[in-house]
Amino acid sequence: MSVKLRVNGVEHDLDVEDEAPLLWVIRDEIGLTGTKFGCGIAQCGACTVHVNGVAQRSCVTPVGSVQDADITTIEGLSAKGLTPVQQAWIDHQVPQCGYCQSGMLMAISALLAKNAHPTDDDLAEAITNICRCGTYPRIRAAVRELAKVKG
Amino acid sequence: MPTRRTVLLGVGGTAGALVVGYALWPNGRIAAANRIDGSDTDKFVTNWIKVSNDDTITVVIPHCEMGTGTFTSLSQMAADELDSDWDKIRAEQAPPEVVFANGAMIEGFALDGKTVPPFLTGVAANTFRFMAANVPIPGVGYVPQITGGSAAIRFTGMNAIRVAAAAAREMLVKAAAARWNVSVDECSTKSNRVIHTASGKSFGYGELTAEAANYDPSSRPRLKDKSNYTYVGKPVQRFDIPRKVNGTTNYGLDVKQPGMLYAAIKISPVFGGKLKSVDESAIKGQRGIKHVVKLDDAVVVVADRFWRARDAADALSPVFDPGANGKVTSASISARRKAALNGGDIKSDVKSGSGADALKTGKLVEATYEVPYLAHSPMEPMNATAIYKDGELEVWSGTQDGLGSRDFCAKAAKLAIEKVKFHLMPMGGGFGRRLPGQWNYLTYAVQTAMAVPNVPVKLIFTREQDTQHDFYRPNVMSRFRAALDDNGMPLAWVNDYTTDDDPNPQAHIVYDIPNQAIGASKVPTHVPTGAWRSVEASWHGFFVESFVDELAQAAGKDPLEYRRALLSKAPRHLATLNLAAEKAGWGRPLEAGRARGIAMVESFQSIVVHVVEITIDEKGAVKVDRVVSAVDCGMVVNPDGFKAQIEGAILFGLSAALKGEITFENGAVVQSNFTDYEMLRIADCPQIEIHLREDDGPVGGAGEPGVPPVAPAVANAIFAATGVRIRELPIKNHTLKV
Repeated sequence: MSVKLRVNGVEHDLDVEDEAPLLWVIRDEIGLTGTKFGCGIAQCGACTVHVNGVAQRSCVTPVGSVQDADITTIEGLSAKGLTPVQQAWIDHQVPQCGYCQSGMLMAISALLAKNAHPTDDDLAEAITNICRCGTYPRIRAAVRELAKVKG
Repeated sequence: MPTRRTVLLGVGGTAGALVVGYALWPNGRIAAANRIDGSDTDKFVTNWIKVSNDDTITVVIPHCEMGTGTFTSLSQMAADELDSDWDKIRAEQAPPEVVFANGAMIEGFALDGKTVPPFLTGVAANTFRFMAANVPIPGVGYVPQITGGSAAIRFTGMNAIRVAAAAAREMLVKAAAARWNVSVDECSTKSNRVIHTASGKSFGYGELTAEAANYDPSSRPRLKDKSNYTYVGKPVQRFDIPRKVNGTTNYGLDVKQPGMLYAAIKISPVFGGKLKSVDESAIKGQRGIKHVVKLDDAVVVVADRFWRARDAADALSPVFDPGANGKVTSASISARRKAALNGGDIKSDVKSGSGADALKTGKLVEATYEVPYLAHSPMEPMNATAIYKDGELEVWSGTQDGLGSRDFCAKAAKLAIEKVKFHLMPMGGGFGRRLPGQWNYLTYAVQTAMAVPNVPVKLIFTREQDTQHDFYRPNVMSRFRAALDDNGMPLAWVNDYTTDDDPNPQAHIVYDIPNQAIGASKVPTHVPTGAWRSVEASWHGFFVESFVDELAQAAGKDPLEYRRALLSKAPRHLATLNLAAEKAGWGRPLEAGRARGIAMVESFQSIVVHVVEITIDEKGAVKVDRVVSAVDCGMVVNPDGFKAQIEGAILFGLSAALKGEITFENGAVVQSNFTDYEMLRIADCPQIEIHLREDDGPVGGAGEPGVPPVAPAVANAIFAATGVRIRELPIKNHTLKV
């Protein structure tokens, strides 16, 4: 039972079952706890990471299915300092409790990588992550500004 | 569960007996605080205020920071009273030690807006601090560092932090004046220094700490006038946000301890049920499983990894004895509530004029409303890590009361509090779920640690366990009768409602109606209930503001004008109502298909008015397009943070009003995850505008008061759009047509 995983550019050789959820492997085997557990059934998006640059919900992703992939977590996103998205989150004072924001930032970053000028409708369609504190108005304002700056 | 306020008021009645020579942070307590703090460079000058030898101020805060910006706002208040530079102020969580019990919270709840006569302020402060540390709340326990009741600013800030900061400033000035041998009147403070105005000589605060701490702190120091504030009233950036955008905030879920094991739990689906048996053969030989712990009403699987524990717990089929409540359904609970209202066993709370007798003097209007049970569902599921070793217990968890949690864990383990260490962790949302009285996750974590000693165990509720083992916003039914005069104005207001508790002042109305009778009938159920963001206001706000709208409808009057006519004796409410109406453009024509609704609720001493615009699509689904909000909270400390709280409250209220319900079958909760207990997503988020009003009214809370007017404003807009009156929530259960 050996799984090879590449997380934030670092190779890990792990003694876990193929079907172990990526979320818990990242958190408890590798020790990166920025990625959060919210629902366990891909509903809330707190566990969102990038798999080859695409946002994916790690709580339902078996590690065996992403062995050859490049996986990025929130820790990897800010490895070289804050990204413009993270800075916009500070400028707009987005987080409240902050628990969903790792997943939210990963989902938004993946969206912006694909579509540098998302409209409100693009945002509504692409981002289904749940924030219980209700930071959506600020997320929308931050993304509007990022969409403009990126022009 | 008794309400926070009524219970604390009850305790307040015995306060007189406790005023026995309890001093306000004398030197002994400063020494104790310094000893606990253990810093070589930072020393306490008064309670809550430490000064570092580099002149930096640390505000030691007896609350948790769960995202409401409390730490930053309280630091703004302290910085102003201490004339500190902003880059020389820090916030720190108070340790869960008795010396840091927060008397100001107890004082605030007990006095409920009333003031203490000046000659009693010091005595009262001492009494309430003593009570915070030593008097348990019946049925709840100690709440010495509680975060709740939207009270951090209005109680802790107003009555403790700014007073402690102003007193510390006076003591620092005294120390400097003594060194210069001049009068304190010749000294001023600026940028963390005391300055002798005439000579220009100065000392940094850090040079004066030891001498300053020797003076007795005044319980009534001179406080700054509002007009002289530098930070209060400004949109200061929150301290906690940078660590929340890079994943480095360590929540309870993120606790790491050497050799830590993980636990998953299956609790009796019926509250009060008991574990009968569990067949462990189903998981025999599964990798990583270490222990199966049988508790009174639950089974816990302990493993080397969480997913292994969870999968094993899912594979077990524990048998529970449901006890007496195995047949309870939402319908059976509802029927009991209805019977209670019809049975007339109503405990009177308000009677004015000729009460219900005045119903026969005018045209009768009647309506009955009902709200469902609701779960809190913060994004971070309940969890706690605990180790029991050599007769001592150490616990890590996010709760809304650090010292109270430590005491609670000690009792759960039957240990003296000195044998228990508690680490209060940042939490992924609270909304009341992590308040005292609702700590089942601490109980289970402590019981598991005792059963599996010498190793740290992190117990995590799955979302399903979190949803089904909450302490719920109660299901409540409320019946109204009113009599209208020839002009359609109310002569009588009669309101009977059910409660799991005692009658609550949140049912009282601000509207000027001469004859009133308000009362409650207590209907206990087996469902555990607890404070859910805005508590009683969350249901009475919906009931009262819906029924007022019905009265306007019966009178054939505009709902805004109708409310205005009833507010001649409530100028602050009227001004807030008018502000919302003006900003929302009340009365201006809307595009086809849109409709407006309005509602106003005062709670936690803040008045909030929402004007909501909705559209209803061809399938009958309600879309909330715009919310314009006006808030009067007396004084705003951090306007941007305050607005964030109202924005969040609007979305919290909308999820509940549109979609939220917890129902029961066979005594157990039906819903289990976000698939059937739904939350709004960004696609559903309306345009929100918030307008803050400040006046000479009391300083109101921020976290909760935005919630209660949401549901009635939406329901009133639905009536305006469709003619359908929503009398039961959630709205998704109604079939609507434009």
